[in-house]
Amino acid sequence: MKPRTRLPLSTIFAIPAAIALVTGTGLVVALLDDGLVDAVSWAALSVPILAAVWSWRRRER
Amino acid sequence: MTNRTIRIWALIHKWTSLVCTLFMLLLCLTGLPLIFHDEIEALTAEDTLPHMPADTPLKTLDEAVASALATYPGERPLFLSFDEDRPVVNVTTGPDARPPVSRMHISAIDLRTTRILADLNDDNGFMHVMLRLHVDLFAGLPGELFLGFMGFLLFVATLSGVVVYAPFMRKLSFGTVRAGRSARLKWLDLHNMLGIVTLMWVAVVGLTGVINTLSVPLVAYWRANELAAMIAPYDGKPVPERFTSVDAAVRLAMDAAPGMRPQFVAFPGVRFSSNHHYAVWLKGATPATRQILTPALIDAETGAFTDMRSMPWYMLALRLSQPLHFGDYGGLPLKILWAALDVLTIIILGSGLYLWVARRSQSHAAAAGLDAVAGEAAE
Repeated sequence: MKPRTRLPLSTIFAIPAAIALVTGTGLVVALLDDGLVDAVSWAALSVPILAAVWSWRRRER
Repeated sequence: MTNRTIRIWALIHKWTSLVCTLFMLLLCLTGLPLIFHDEIEALTAEDTLPHMPADTPLKTLDEAVASALATYPGERPLFLSFDEDRPVVNVTTGPDARPPVSRMHISAIDLRTTRILADLNDDNGFMHVMLRLHVDLFAGLPGELFLGFMGFLLFVATLSGVVVYAPFMRKLSFGTVRAGRSARLKWLDLHNMLGIVTLMWVAVVGLTGVINTLSVPLVAYWRANELAAMIAPYDGKPVPERFTSVDAAVRLAMDAAPGMRPQFVAFPGVRFSSNHHYAVWLKGATPATRQILTPALIDAETGAFTDMRSMPWYMLALRLSQPLHFGDYGGLPLKILWAALDVLTIIILGSGLYLWVARRSQSHAAAAGLDAVAGEAAE
């Protein structure tokens, strides 16, 4: 998908900001408790990695 | 943003990255095994605890210290730390109160028998080399501070990278990787995509790494200020000839702080105590308070309780920077994620270096800098 017009900054940074927020939450919550909260942080820190894998899999060849 | 501002940010990104990249590659590579140091050391562990009845009484901490001193005659005790989940204490001894780490001896001691399970002085092993390369390049405090500055440059490179991300992505949707055209375009897109998705992790691990390199000056500052205030009445007193019971000191500290457990004891004169006191560093018993240490000071001449104060904010920051940098606070899955993000960072560093080399080897037309690449990126 290639947008025709110039994208506004809010669009360019929407997904990156969401990923950063999820990552930051994941980094902090595991400090607070053990058990379930650890699983939350595992899920959260998987997000940037999955985003990278997703991007690579749909690369334009 | 004007083209001029973009060009300035691009220059900042280029130069901060170029200066720190090789060191960051070294840190990422040596950091990879260090993430799993617990697991790796468990594989080669020699100090398996002999089986004994569960209700075997424990010896005193003083007997454990005596056992360590018998092994290293002429030395004095420096630190005593407690294993998390077994009746083992680790006693550090050295020739004087502030020896370099290389002259310290650490003994893991079974508290049921005071037998030494293992000496933890392996300073030739693979993990030790990785650790020293990662922490101080075998150069002590200057090496540590140097790597801290490199980490700061990485942080600036990350922030400026976010700024220059925008012009590249003006006409591209998130996550675009154009792998079918030139190698340079493929690596440019990968560099941008990986850089932006790992942004928060790299920023946090980078900054906490920088804070960790400030450990020595921060502790010295704490000692000169907070600790000095706590022990003002003892100002100028020398290190006592003989110390009172460390076992009694720990019990006294635990009585003063119900619900807390001792993490380690610093003997009089060492960096983490005063000249005249045992500092018993207590930690909370819940995961949220485990990182928060409270030092209780016990007079090592009379055995009397002197003072207990929670840590100032900069010591707390130092303390919290350790798990956030090491990734060791959420089980093995967190460590695996840490390693994966570390590998992605290596790809970012490598691709950044490649893009710089590829651009340099091109004609001078490309030297127009970011504008040219941004034009290409936007087609």
